[in-house]
Amino acid sequence: MIDIQHISKQYKSVRAISDIALRFNAGQSVALIGPNGSGKSTLMKCILGLAKPTSGNIYVQQKNISGSELYRTDIGYMPQIIRFPEHMLVSQLFFMMRDLRRHTNDLDNELFEAYHIRDMFAKPLGGLSGGMKQKVNAALAFMFNPKILILDEPTAGLDPLSAELLKAKIRKEKSKGKLIIISSHIMADLEEIATDVLFLIEGRIAFYKTLEDLKRETSSNNLGRSIASYMAEQKISI
Amino acid sequence: MKLVKYVFLDILRSKILIAYAVFLIAISSGLFMISAEPVKAITSLLNIVLIVLPLFSVVFASSYYYNAYEFTELILAQPIKRSTLFFSQFVGVGAALSLSFIFGCGIPVLIFFRDSSALILLCCGLALTWVFTAIAFLAVVYARDKTKGIGIALLLWFYFVFIYDALVLLFLFNFSNYPLEKMLMMLTFLNPVDLTRIIMLMQLDMAAIMGYTGALFTQFLGSSTGLVWCFFALLLWIAVPFILAQRKFTRKDI
Repeated sequence: MIDIQHISKQYKSVRAISDIALRFNAGQSVALIGPNGSGKSTLMKCILGLAKPTSGNIYVQQKNISGSELYRTDIGYMPQIIRFPEHMLVSQLFFMMRDLRRHTNDLDNELFEAYHIRDMFAKPLGGLSGGMKQKVNAALAFMFNPKILILDEPTAGLDPLSAELLKAKIRKEKSKGKLIIISSHIMADLEEIATDVLFLIEGRIAFYKTLEDLKRETSSNNLGRSIASYMAEQKISI
Repeated sequence: MKLVKYVFLDILRSKILIAYAVFLIAISSGLFMISAEPVKAITSLLNIVLIVLPLFSVVFASSYYYNAYEFTELILAQPIKRSTLFFSQFVGVGAALSLSFIFGCGIPVLIFFRDSSALILLCCGLALTWVFTAIAFLAVVYARDKTKGIGIALLLWFYFVFIYDALVLLFLFNFSNYPLEKMLMMLTFLNPVDLTRIIMLMQLDMAAIMGYTGALFTQFLGSSTGLVWCFFALLLWIAVPFILAQRKFTRKDI
């Protein structure tokens, strides 16, 4: 589904990504982890076309994304805790997104309803709490039934119940054969929803394997611990 | 295109914009009430328009860009062209500022001073609003940091409103032995603030105070073709910075 061919990204003085090549396939749920500044966000931004790779190409569903925008019809993106325009009403935000997306049939309203977003419709976005904004953010990402979901710290700021709802939703979408890419620092969450683990260090792939393989190789049942022991074995240092 | 509507509606509810309109109403109707002659009032109003309008447009447009930055990111993750979003933001901000200006200056001016020159003043004000919105957008796309971006935008305002005139004066002083009238007219076109000032002074028949150059200006601008040329130049002052800014925006990393 997503084919990343040797991309590098150089910001003025920092090399955020060096020569990453990998594939993400349908039905995968990839946990994107790594220390701060390891290139997780940059990789997501490159896939979304927000940042342009210095070299290399990215193909989404066999199409080179450079210079195109229509491929994003198939992507749902949930940014890290976001600041919406303060005066815009929640209802306007949803109408706007629907306008922008054009296709309004087969909308996925599950999260929208689970989070009771309609009850917030009359409120301005500036008046929402951090958790409420995150709910709006999540409902928007899933609403248009995208084939690919890119979630940046999706559970941050959500109350435990809402976080569980979101995780259940992610599992459900994964089982439908969608591709899900999640960046998070909460290992317990990732363990519940991920099928694969992509670990980045300093803009390079430290490892990219299935969760099962990782656990087997390190004979551990806990994602956090198996990563720690894997790194110790391979003498990977941060 | 639908985006323009949402940007515009969001901005219209901002309190700063309402305060701006109220401030303009107070100033313009105040000036008309104080001065016995409406022409004097409109001259004072012109001076305020020439300084305050660009300043407010620059500050408002540049801070809008940075405040909306994260939202811009979310929109660009949708199947939307960058140029479309940028154009919508520009038009949304420009239209909201224009509306406050028309509301704040237009209504008092049309009540107290119904004349063709009042209409020209409003057109000049609108043009300046768009010119400085475009200039602010150009400044901010080049600076990642908010403080730096707004700083550059403010410097540009300062340059066009104050420094440019000082430079022109310096130039005139040093080359006063040469015939500079034509040159001066060219120089005027290189500054949108000067351009609108000249348009207005011509309209109010104050060219006499500008001596020889004034005569030349009257000859050129007194005609309606001259006026058309001036507004065409202002249009270029909107289009060129905007196109440059949009070019940069479609290529940069968000």
